[in-house]
Amino acid sequence: MPKANVTFEDIGITVTVPAGTRLIEVSEKVGAGIIYGCREGECGSCQMRIVSGGENLASPSVLEDKVLKENMAGRATRLACQAQVLGGDIVVRPA
Amino acid sequence: MGSLRTGVVEGQALSIAPGVHWLGALDPGMRQFDIILKTANGTTYNAYCVRGSSGVAIIDTVKEGFSQDFFTRLESVASYDEICAVVLNHLEPDHSGALPELMRRAPQAQLYISPKAMPTLRGVLKGGLDPERIHTTLDEEGESRIIDLGDRHLHFIQTPYLHWPDTQCTWLVEDGLLFSGDVFGCHFCDERLFNDKVGDFRFSFDYYYQHIMRPFREYVLKALDLIEPLPLRLIAPAHGPVLRESPADYVRRYRQLATPLLHREAGDEKTLLIFYVSAYGATERMAQAMREGAETIEGVRVSLFDIAGGEVAPFVDLIEEADGLAFGSPTLNGDAVKPIWDLLSSLTLVNVKNKLGAAFGSFGWSGEAIGLIEDRLRGLKLRVPLKGVRLKLLPTADELVVCRDFGRDFALHLCGRAERRVLDISELG
Repeated sequence: MPKANVTFEDIGITVTVPAGTRLIEVSEKVGAGIIYGCREGECGSCQMRIVSGGENLASPSVLEDKVLKENMAGRATRLACQAQVLGGDIVVRPA
Repeated sequence: MGSLRTGVVEGQALSIAPGVHWLGALDPGMRQFDIILKTANGTTYNAYCVRGSSGVAIIDTVKEGFSQDFFTRLESVASYDEICAVVLNHLEPDHSGALPELMRRAPQAQLYISPKAMPTLRGVLKGGLDPERIHTTLDEEGESRIIDLGDRHLHFIQTPYLHWPDTQCTWLVEDGLLFSGDVFGCHFCDERLFNDKVGDFRFSFDYYYQHIMRPFREYVLKALDLIEPLPLRLIAPAHGPVLRESPADYVRRYRQLATPLLHREAGDEKTLLIFYVSAYGATERMAQAMREGAETIEGVRVSLFDIAGGEVAPFVDLIEEADGLAFGSPTLNGDAVKPIWDLLSSLTLVNVKNKLGAAFGSFGWSGEAIGLIEDRLRGLKLRVPLKGVRLKLLPTADELVVCRDFGRDFALHLCGRAERRVLDISELG
């Protein structure tokens, strides 16, 4: 199975994960500072900044896109409860 | 403004400034609000009407059950076809209860809400309003929209998280009137309505802040930076007295209330509070070892508290100011002990988001307490950077070393000096 390396910049931890993993499945376990609310892509609490490797995440769904717009999020912002890794290296930090 | 007639009269709007009327409702019998608030004096739901030379704006509505009061008062000063704008500073049901009916009665009116209010609005209206009539109060460049009422103009001040994501204030420029939503409000019902006429509501004002705004203190401070420079002549909040006498005093009071209750004596040091309960002294020894370990790291100030006595309130104040929190509990019948839960269930009044948390404890059978505490800490949006230490019964010398290392590593995380690591997801458990 393809792997990806996700680095949580705020705590300096890189985790190797299988492709298809959502950020939410990893970030809490390692104690990263991304904060969750509804965990269903609705509340916008888990906005994170993509420092690099945004192309290695699956494109946002219509729902995620709408929530990001409503929260006036910048282009490099994604919801950690929705964003799914595809492979390669990704560096994130809390928005 | 002291010459204006004061006192709410049934069926009549009340003038609060020339061309500006209160359209709210009195709810003197309310004794408990939103489950968590005691309301010894009931409350009011404040809504306002602003008349300009080219149109009328309505700011906020009331709780649904009080809609008739609102509409009757509105009809005493304006007709529905004059209303060009409806502004909702906050969409909780006590302010948006009459909104759907108002938009139906005034079909030409446009609705203005903060950008963050859109998801809430969907829940309030359930699709019952033409999207073309809904506007956000910020334009595409992030600047405040301006509602032009001819000789008067409404601007918007974004004050998110006071106390919901959607909250905003509306500023009537020419008159120096701030329609502040829940900010500077309180649950206090007095038909004399104005702060210079009503009974003593200082307790209600502070109580409301402590229970509604305090968890969002950082946002309060940001909002005050925007509000303090305004040439305020009157503050018209969504609950309680209209503040026409010395309105700036209430802004100053918010600044005082939002300033930390306890002066930080640790200076630039990071503060770690370790709370524990111990049945036979094992968890206590773990707590002491954790403190010893943490204190080996320069720049960390550690405090240790045995909370078997069950005190909660003083620790809530301490926790608000702390950087890291650790909780030690034995496991009794598969659970953490009650004093720990009492403290962990009392933190809704303060912001603990992104503080660092940890759990540890000794157990006899199975040791579930540690995982349960960690889950609660994550639920409170703390970061839990280290897997908790759980030991069976009395700690050995080697196990106490593990506890000291745990304290040291936690302190390193507090200082941002933890070692960079590469892990496989399978190691995370």
